[in-house]
Amino acid sequence: MENLLDGWGITLATFSPLVGVAVMMLIPKEREDQHKLIALVTSLWVAFVGVLLLIWFDLDHTDKLQYVVDKVWIDVISSRYAVGIDGMSLPLILLTMLVVPLCIVYSWNHFPDPVNPKAFLILILILETGMIGTFVAQDLVLFFVFFEVVLLPMFFMIAVWGGDDRRYASLKFFLYTLFGSALMLVSFLALFFLTGADTFTFSGLADAVAAGGVSRNAQLWIFGGMFLGFGIKVPMFPFHTWLPDAHTQAPTVGSVILAAVLLKLGTYGFVRIAIPILPEAAVSWAPWIGLLAVVGIIYGALGCLAQTDMKRLIAFSSVAHMGFVMLGIATLTDFGINAAIMGMVAHGLITGMLFFLAGSVKERYHTLEISRLGGLLVQAPRMGWIFGFCAMASLGLPGLAGFWGEFPAILSAYNPGNGVPVETFRTFMVIAALGTVLAAGYLLWLLQRAAFGTPPEEFADDPHITDTTKHEWISWAPLLALIVAIGIYPNLVFRVTDGAVDASLTPCLSVEGEAAEKLDCAEVYKIGHDDGHGDGHDDDGHGDEHDDEHDDEHAASGN
Amino acid sequence: MLAVATPEVLWWALLPVLFLSVGGLLLLTVASLVRRLPDWLPQAWTVVTGLAVLVACVPMWCEVRDEGPRTTLAGSVAVDGSTVLVTAVLAAVVVAVALLARPYLRREDLPGVEVYVLLMLSAAGGVVMASADDLIVLFLGLEILSIAVYVLAALHLRRIESQEGAMKYFVLGAFASAFLLYGMALVYGATGSTRLALVAEHLSATVLVDDSMLLAGIALLLVGLAFKVAAVPFHAWTPDVYQGSPTPVVAWMAAGVKAAGFAAMVRVLVTSLGTHASDWAPPVGVLAVASVLVGAVVAVLQTDVRRMLAYSSVAHAGFLLLGVQAADADGTAAVYAYLVVYALLATGSFAVLTVMGGDGDAAHHLDDYRGLARRRPVLAGAFTLLLLGQAGVPFTGGFVAKLGVLAAAVADRGYWVAGLAMLGAAAAAFVYLRILVSMYLEDPDAEAADGSTGPAVPLGARVVIGVACAGVLFVGLVPGPLLDLARDAVPVLVGS
Repeated sequence: MENLLDGWGITLATFSPLVGVAVMMLIPKEREDQHKLIALVTSLWVAFVGVLLLIWFDLDHTDKLQYVVDKVWIDVISSRYAVGIDGMSLPLILLTMLVVPLCIVYSWNHFPDPVNPKAFLILILILETGMIGTFVAQDLVLFFVFFEVVLLPMFFMIAVWGGDDRRYASLKFFLYTLFGSALMLVSFLALFFLTGADTFTFSGLADAVAAGGVSRNAQLWIFGGMFLGFGIKVPMFPFHTWLPDAHTQAPTVGSVILAAVLLKLGTYGFVRIAIPILPEAAVSWAPWIGLLAVVGIIYGALGCLAQTDMKRLIAFSSVAHMGFVMLGIATLTDFGINAAIMGMVAHGLITGMLFFLAGSVKERYHTLEISRLGGLLVQAPRMGWIFGFCAMASLGLPGLAGFWGEFPAILSAYNPGNGVPVETFRTFMVIAALGTVLAAGYLLWLLQRAAFGTPPEEFADDPHITDTTKHEWISWAPLLALIVAIGIYPNLVFRVTDGAVDASLTPCLSVEGEAAEKLDCAEVYKIGHDDGHGDGHDDDGHGDEHDDEHDDEHAASGN
Repeated sequence: MLAVATPEVLWWALLPVLFLSVGGLLLLTVASLVRRLPDWLPQAWTVVTGLAVLVACVPMWCEVRDEGPRTTLAGSVAVDGSTVLVTAVLAAVVVAVALLARPYLRREDLPGVEVYVLLMLSAAGGVVMASADDLIVLFLGLEILSIAVYVLAALHLRRIESQEGAMKYFVLGAFASAFLLYGMALVYGATGSTRLALVAEHLSATVLVDDSMLLAGIALLLVGLAFKVAAVPFHAWTPDVYQGSPTPVVAWMAAGVKAAGFAAMVRVLVTSLGTHASDWAPPVGVLAVASVLVGAVVAVLQTDVRRMLAYSSVAHAGFLLLGVQAADADGTAAVYAYLVVYALLATGSFAVLTVMGGDGDAAHHLDDYRGLARRRPVLAGAFTLLLLGQAGVPFTGGFVAKLGVLAAAVADRGYWVAGLAMLGAAAAAFVYLRILVSMYLEDPDAEAADGSTGPAVPLGARVVIGVACAGVLFVGLVPGPLLDLARDAVPVLVGS
């Protein structure tokens, strides 16, 4: 069938939420049911457009931007309304479109205080526009605008509907991010003027840099500015301190969106903007990014072990998981960045689920103090099992989505890209592998304390503690199904991302590296293959996936 | 008979000054002759005068655009895009302030005519200043503008802060004028002319063996102008004056005086002394960064909303200087775009403050804004938009303005200046956020919550706030027209 969305599908998906917002603005806030309905319909409509975008997406050319629109926006500063979707952004866009309706369903009957569904849902829809916009933007100014649009709704969501310490947490979140993006904007402008490019579009700037317009030194500085902006958003150690506070204080849905999508804006910035446009600087920065990534992995894991609050623990686990993602990115290999995008999707699904669970636990027990919890499996067996399932997924159990984010990322560090110091990254690999052990430790310990055992006395006969409700099932089932589906058949994601990642790394391959010692890419995959089977958890699906990857890689090294 | 050569006069180009000064003087005369004027009359008269100037600007703009810039009155008054744009901004602010003034005067029970007269005279001075092609004319305009504003600042007879602020403003302002005059004298000494075109001509044609006199002159000029636009370290008067003066007058100071000051600064520094940009641009950059950082950081420490906005206006001056220190056409265009946006933001914000001030113009503490979102949702919403605009959030005019000056600074390789200024901007965002937090997240005081619906919003204030919000949004969504306008407004020197 003909592609009906070409040329306007992205615009439709990005700005549809705002139409919903406009309608909701006109309805008085007392009519709560109407607001809920409009918000749900809007987000489902966006998801529907997303499905159509997927259907008509040409999976054989994932490296090509599709549904491209490239129009003059602010002519005076050469900024264009340039949007498009390729294999790198598609999974993240779909993730966003999936998570938003689920959040609306989840909060259907229990909006946090002060209830006001109108304002809450309006903020969620504005967030959706900002998030989708960031993933589709192909122009630096446009990207920055959407990147910033996300900030205020999230600030208000934490500040109005958050926990007791919400003011501190929301301001910290806001200021941290703003400082990062302030320097990022200067970097963007410097890049534009130094290259002498005539547009802010990613491709135009990448070409201009490749043509040699910018000195190496300037590239390093510009990358540094972007690094701050994206790194704070990820968040990377040592800029992570806003995250536990924000997560802990945010309302459940806010935490879910924050974990599932907002953090990915940072990592996406690296793979979409920083690395393809400034490959030379990326190579020089890679060891430092890798270092901060593994520090984040270990620090996040140790932080988890020290937490007494369930939500805070999950927040620290995000720091660790995003460390794996950043490690994959820092290798600057096709393999590593594919793993990173998989890691983003998996983390979005799994940690989003964990935050949903934490919210439900909080609603039943009115506390998230781990020492006061216990016996979830007795009192709410289904929820307890889901919780166990998500903990397993989060620690990277093979066969579930989390595995495909972490394991390949670690593996890719064995053989980093051109010019990236090999020994350093092998050291990182070992440390990161230790991180997975710690992850198993803190997650199983959490599970043991919160779900096993007998219910504590204070909650033993509490009638509020019920098993999973209908709304919870509806909002959780898709996430759980995807965790399994991607776990069994990771090619769902890899097939989409690989071509695009390959294309984005083409500039990196041409960078002259000092590290002469290089393994053949195929060899890495052989090791990966062996390890995968050595684990004993592999099934046929994984075997297929490796073969596919293998072939792709050959094609890539042929380039 | 001795033939006295009279200079050619382009009367149409002088219409704005004539309208404003004649309008002011006429009102003064009528008011002194007629015992009791109805209080709507001076307001209506001022509004009509302001609108007449705005209307006059349209054919002037077309004329200048089609026929090119020129100079009149023997090369002392420039008729170019810059003149017209700044004149229009000043006239619009005059209209806005006049709309705000009447309910304010009635609420505070203050005599009614002086404000309008002084406002129009001050605006006439601003127009002269913005169009001055000669240092002497510049000084003339500056003094007409300033003296009227000194009096305006003291206008609230029963508030001691008003008198105190005006006194400080006057004393410091007089010093600044002296500096400026001294600077003009030295520049004249170094170049042999007070006409900007001739100064530029001289400097580009000759290499000064010893340029110390010129540099000293530039430095003193810079001091005088930096005082007028409230740049650090010449900003000390700002918080006290903003806090003490009647709030509608503050709107004029923030939007009008700043616009005139920057127009003059751009014309003198960038256009006329552009050849020596390498001498004056670095200090201006330092002033810019200092203004942004000090303004933002000190604003965070304030609890009085007027003082917060006073320091934030210092930060805005810093951003404007960022565009000036770029010392090229892009930077200048960015400054003009910023001035227009800032005029909208400042007028709108101070209009909200005028309304919020309550009896005695005293309710400006941050706590007075608690729970405003619940008491006055629309007012709070409008103020939110204006504050977000000041913070430079995308889709508001503030973002477009900040992006422009920042781009100009970066294009000029001013990475450090731009980076530090952006850090300051992030800190300043915290200030606006504090007001938002107070409006949305905190419960109103017990007494305020007792059935009180918050301050009444008079019609004039509604119009001003509405127009300001619409403008800020429009520029944020469709920045093209404003940026084109600003680009056309870059001043040009026309030789005799």
